[in-house]
Amino acid sequence: MDDLLRDFLTESNENLEQLDRDIVALERRPDDPTLIHGIFRTIHTIKGTCGFIGLDRLEAVAHAAESVLGALREDELSISDALITDVLAAVDVIKLILETLERTEQEPAGDDSVLIARLETWLRGERAHAPEPPAAPVVDRKVTPIHAMAAVPAPAANAATSASPARAAEPASPESPADATGEHRASVADSTLRVHVNLLDKLMTLVGELVLDRNRLIQLTAGQDDASVTSAVQHLNRVTSDLQEAVMKTRMQPIGGAWTKLPRLVRDLAQMSGKKLQLEMHGAETELDRQILQAITDPLTHMVRNSADHGVEMPDVRRAAGKPAHGTIRLNAYHEGGHVIIEVRDDGAGISVERVRKKAIDRGLLTRETADTLSDAQILRYIFEPGFSTAEKLTNVSGRGVGMDVVRTNIERIGGQVDLQSTPGQGAAVRVKIPLTLAIIPALVVLAAGQRYAIPQVNLLELVRVSGIAGEPGVEMLHGAPVYRLRGRLLPLVFLDGVLAARDTTEATGRVLNIVVLQAEGRAFGLVVDGLSDSEEIVVKPLGRHLQGIAAFAGTTIMGDGSVALILDVPGLARQARVVDDEHSREAAEQLQARGATTSANVRTMLVVQIGTRDRAAVELARVSRLEEFRPSNIEYSSGRAVAQYRGDIIPLIRLSEWFGHGTVEDLTSRDRFPVVVHSHHGRTVGLIVDRILDIVEQEVTVHRGRGGAGLLGTASIQGRVTDLLDLDRIIGESLAESEGGEVVELEAVA
Amino acid sequence: MSAQYSTFLVDGFLFGVDVRRVQEVIRHQDMTPVPLASPVVRGLINLRGQIVTALDLRVRLGLGAHAADARPMNVVVRTDEGAVALLVDEIGDVLTVDPAAWERAPATLPTTARALIPGAYKLDGRLLMQLDVDRVLETDAAVAA
Repeated sequence: MDDLLRDFLTESNENLEQLDRDIVALERRPDDPTLIHGIFRTIHTIKGTCGFIGLDRLEAVAHAAESVLGALREDELSISDALITDVLAAVDVIKLILETLERTEQEPAGDDSVLIARLETWLRGERAHAPEPPAAPVVDRKVTPIHAMAAVPAPAANAATSASPARAAEPASPESPADATGEHRASVADSTLRVHVNLLDKLMTLVGELVLDRNRLIQLTAGQDDASVTSAVQHLNRVTSDLQEAVMKTRMQPIGGAWTKLPRLVRDLAQMSGKKLQLEMHGAETELDRQILQAITDPLTHMVRNSADHGVEMPDVRRAAGKPAHGTIRLNAYHEGGHVIIEVRDDGAGISVERVRKKAIDRGLLTRETADTLSDAQILRYIFEPGFSTAEKLTNVSGRGVGMDVVRTNIERIGGQVDLQSTPGQGAAVRVKIPLTLAIIPALVVLAAGQRYAIPQVNLLELVRVSGIAGEPGVEMLHGAPVYRLRGRLLPLVFLDGVLAARDTTEATGRVLNIVVLQAEGRAFGLVVDGLSDSEEIVVKPLGRHLQGIAAFAGTTIMGDGSVALILDVPGLARQARVVDDEHSREAAEQLQARGATTSANVRTMLVVQIGTRDRAAVELARVSRLEEFRPSNIEYSSGRAVAQYRGDIIPLIRLSEWFGHGTVEDLTSRDRFPVVVHSHHGRTVGLIVDRILDIVEQEVTVHRGRGGAGLLGTASIQGRVTDLLDLDRIIGESLAESEGGEVVELEAVA
Repeated sequence: MSAQYSTFLVDGFLFGVDVRRVQEVIRHQDMTPVPLASPVVRGLINLRGQIVTALDLRVRLGLGAHAADARPMNVVVRTDEGAVALLVDEIGDVLTVDPAAWERAPATLPTTARALIPGAYKLDGRLLMQLDVDRVLETDAAVAA
């Protein structure tokens, strides 16, 4: 391609993006002369240059648009919806032609006579007698507006075709607007430089290599005494860091770049749907890495479409709800602790939890029974499941097979996270958190199964060390999965060595654990590792082709000592290890958290268990120290009593089904594990063996006394079923007194 | 027209790969194992700052496993997506072969191997098996998805 054409294309493309924004802004600020002048100048420049290069079709369209804009500039025309639509249509054709030019170096064949005629009707003062174009599909790069236009009967096609050749003969005149543009350009050109992105990418790669070597040198000279060597390495270190920062900056671009097409899009969406939409953009100057910018442009567009399509209501519905007729979609971007946060918020109707629930059930993603146990927030997360779409019908607008699951995948692939929030009647917000750069990221290095692994800092919430000393909170089992109670929240645990060996490790009790609390897909979980190493900045290298399918890994890196380490894919890890069934852990955690907030005295958190084959019983969770699982081998006998060694203590075991005198009792040794409710009080610990742990519920409990028997406080309806309430003190007191001949004896640890 | 092959031994068999596909041949390297990957992936190597996947040809060809103390060498081949290292027992010479000496692969090879070996060249007293590098590289990634 010759330089002239290439330069023309580059400049024109830039100008056209700005043009879209300006034209949409013009609608809102019709009296802004700078906008009009700017728009006119851009089209004028395009027209001039393409006449020069001999691009006839382009020139004809540009000319028609220029004429209309010129009339606008001279106040001979006033701005209206229809006018702007036509001008935008011309801009679209120009874009289409430029695109083809770029690909094939030839103008595409096509007939713009209808469009040009429409534009000219404005000039002749004929307010388009032709009917409005039928609801055309959203003008989108892939759709040729010409075809849409062709459907409209053209009022004066002949006049158009004769007019354009005449005008085309005019050379590009050196008017003052062109000069002004030239001057303006000159000053901008002085302080900026056009650089090919490949060169920047190469710079980035080289800096990455330098960082690796720097890390290596630091390691190698760590123990050295030679002052001149160490000071040289220190200097190299500083310079490398500065260089890294500077090169990263060259790749940084304002996020406004990803937003350029949005005003136009929102306008088109509003037109098509009849809704009134307003787009607010805050923080457009927030910078992020070019590569990331590219990756989020489509997801952002999709989110905005969603808000426009499904969020914002029709004007009359809004007015009826006491809202302004205009729906606002607000984009907000800002830096926060090494990340960029982008929010897409609308003041629409919010996301209908009911619709989501129904859709999830219809799509087979959820059963009705499970759906009933989930909270609203949990149901909403199904929007991110593959195969889901809340659109009743796939409109042309937000269809195209892009679901929120693709959005989330794309965002997570670049190391980011997506979150969804909704307030019925008031609106919804999608929040995206992405790292500043992909190439070099801060990471925590951990050890598992004798190897080192890197965890991106972006996912890291905190580090917890569980010491396993008797009496201190530790790992508990909930429905067969290990959890850890962290400040009242139940944190599902994933054992890294287990995941890597593709097996379930659940040996948790009684050892020192290093828990790395991570966040993925909006949920927190604890990754249990063997040890922790440093935090380092690592250069991320992609997974080779043979490793791409492994969900647990996101990339590779070279450590300071030259060895290769794998980078963990936190969302993949969480998914692969099937982090504890969300329903129960989340609810339990939320209930635990909410306990403080409840005002009703009767609302309690109860642990519900099964005794025998079908009896339900419950005890207040507050009286439970831990939920454990023992094996038959754990049961030992002392003075004819069943006991177990537990955290350095010897505790009596009470089998509840036996205590309550249920007839035939299943032999414990026939099961390989059984649940034990550990209760500690005043230094004495007891293990209560139940047949099954059913649930943890928080609800109002009304005790019906007198219906129970010995060992029961009464009965209550819990989860809609009759449940016995255990009188722990009585059970424990009597059980121990029985065997100890009427004395309650403190069990002492055998030294 | 004769072709040149970079040759190596795996489990006693002599294999050859088109010399133009071979970037370099290096001695045993420390490898970082990759859990959850297919058994063909032995590990990752740091090759002058590039991270290269090492594929175990014994596993890929369905031949017997390495001895516990074996230190296989690496034949690093070029691909569109970067270099890949193939683990072999011993490195052989670069040999020029006569196309006339080509024949179909022997039936004594295990089935997996036969899919990867289009044919062999009869040399003095031995058979040089022609390895289809691209086929070799087309191996499934993860065991546990």
